[in-house]
Amino acid sequence: MRILIVEDDDILRDGLKVGLALAGFTTDAVGSCDAAATALAANGFDAVVLDLMLPDGSGLDILRDLRAGQNDVPVLLLTARDTVRDRVAGLDTGADDYLGKPFDLDEVAARLRALARRSYGRATAALEWSTLKLDPARQSVEQAGKPVQLSRREYSILHMLMAHPGVIFSKAKLEDKLYGWQEEIESNAVEVHIHHLRNKLGPGLIETVRGIGYRLGGG
Amino acid sequence: MRSLRTRLFAILLITTGLLWLSATVWIFLSTRAEVERVLDARLMEAARMVNSLIVSQDMMPEGGDKDRPAQSAMKIPVLDHPHYDRQLSCQIWSLDGTLIGKSDSAPDATLAAHATGFSETVINGETWRVFAVENAGLGVRVLVGDNLRIRDRLVNDLVKGLLFPALLIIPLLAVLIWLSVGRGLAPLRKLAGDLERREASDLHAIEDIGTTREISPVLKSLNGLFARVAGAREREQNFIAFAAHELRTPLAGLKTQAQVALASDDGATREKALGQIVAGVDRTGKLVRQLLDIASVEASESAKPVGTVNVGDILAGLRTELAGQAHRVDVAIDRRLFDLKIGMDPDLFRLAARNLLENAINHSPPGATVNCTCELDAGSLVITINDMGPGIPDEEMAHVTERFFRGRFKTSAGSGLGLSIVERALDRAGADLELCNRPGGGLSARIVLPQALVQ
Repeated sequence: MRILIVEDDDILRDGLKVGLALAGFTTDAVGSCDAAATALAANGFDAVVLDLMLPDGSGLDILRDLRAGQNDVPVLLLTARDTVRDRVAGLDTGADDYLGKPFDLDEVAARLRALARRSYGRATAALEWSTLKLDPARQSVEQAGKPVQLSRREYSILHMLMAHPGVIFSKAKLEDKLYGWQEEIESNAVEVHIHHLRNKLGPGLIETVRGIGYRLGGG
Repeated sequence: MRSLRTRLFAILLITTGLLWLSATVWIFLSTRAEVERVLDARLMEAARMVNSLIVSQDMMPEGGDKDRPAQSAMKIPVLDHPHYDRQLSCQIWSLDGTLIGKSDSAPDATLAAHATGFSETVINGETWRVFAVENAGLGVRVLVGDNLRIRDRLVNDLVKGLLFPALLIIPLLAVLIWLSVGRGLAPLRKLAGDLERREASDLHAIEDIGTTREISPVLKSLNGLFARVAGAREREQNFIAFAAHELRTPLAGLKTQAQVALASDDGATREKALGQIVAGVDRTGKLVRQLLDIASVEASESAKPVGTVNVGDILAGLRTELAGQAHRVDVAIDRRLFDLKIGMDPDLFRLAARNLLENAINHSPPGATVNCTCELDAGSLVITINDMGPGIPDEEMAHVTERFFRGRFKTSAGSGLGLSIVERALDRAGADLELCNRPGGGLSARIVLPQALVQ
């Protein structure tokens, strides 16, 4: 899952970026309204963590523009001013959830997972595909009841495929979801990760649709 | 607690009473003088009348007994005035000292020894006022006298007649005064009631409708006070809201970085997170210090005793203090500043100088020099701190002294409070802060003091 973090405080922004990455998210972080608008225009995010008070404007303005442009990416608001009025204003402007500072990193991750899950139209947290079970909260994968050890990238690819069963993901789209802006993308990285996944989970799980991309197969 | 009503009542009652008393004394004195004048005139009149009667004795009716004493001829029935009858007494003496005749009430002793005119004589312990007429032709002296005791009684009776109704009226007057004072104080009582019924947090203005002219200024200053208190409270609440925001964000950062450090297996990640925590604690510490500074500047009264500030020493002290965080930025202090002494609260000057110097150092590139100088400019002393940083964009210049304002070139160390503290501290000390971008780049922060403060 790729997350955009919009927060002007350097230390908090860095903490969220690193912390959410540890929780299995692909994270990008910006510190101003301008940068956030540019990033969101690229439209590759599964959720946005948005601070309300930014140096060049309010997070609510970003939110308003986002919703006005029919972009319904889930938005989690972070703010230090957590009076009821602020919360109501945030939620009414189109935010999906709200957290007051200081917050718990695990809670931010859990709420982001819940937001993403709901945006995909699912109610249960765990993802299942034939004998395969993926728990986003624990970042754990089981096949026929036995735990399988996956790397962070392998897990991310599997998560994405299992979250959208039957949908074909192009290599570029997968790369987009796997890597933040600052990260070097190794060539063939996606192919390498898919190869490892097939080794660990069985060859038939991920199908290659020639010339288009990958999707979950019959297993 | 003394009651205004009782006080007014007492004042009015005492002054009315005194007025009444002095009026009575005045009436008493003037009545006595008048009565005396009238009675003296009567004495004189009576004496002359008797004298003329003697002169025209032969005018007495025919057959009248010439040897009978004159007084029997004058016997007339006396009306019932026991207090005042026989007030006048008359004696007729021959010039050789023989009593020829006297009225009933007259004493036997001679009423007066003098020839003519008024005199007072004491006979048997009673004072008489006597008028004498000497008739040299007939060789007699006519004396007509008044008993002063009776005169006094007359005057006293008159005054008593005046005092008696007064004694009846004074209690009535007291009741009227008490009620009138109560009525007159009604607007005050209403105001007090309005204030008493108020909630402590209610700072709305009291309605100024139909108030009396005397209470209106009180109401105006009360409403002014309410407005000021409400303004101060609003500023305080805004400040607290901002402070909460500014503190919660770094706290959230600290907590997140701590959780990253706890969750990460990777040594480099953990080390970086711990480094961020250290930086975050420094920053939060500075923020807390500045919040306390601003609170103490706001609370400090301008009446604080003025001390002597040795500008150079304070700047040099700050240079040493800030050297730890100065990333190879040099601070040059003009030698003249060490000779400069100004009359100002040293704490306020230190606070202002520290924040300015810190800003200058933080915004200057490594290897740069921050210059502190002073000059006299149009009757003012100007202490200047020049840095080699990016300066302040023109459109932000007006906002930099607002609390928590952070411009485009904000550093992670900035809280947006520094310049706000400087401005307030200098304002308290009677000085001004001027900021301008230098033509060659960098910011020039000028502390402008009236020359009178220079010692």
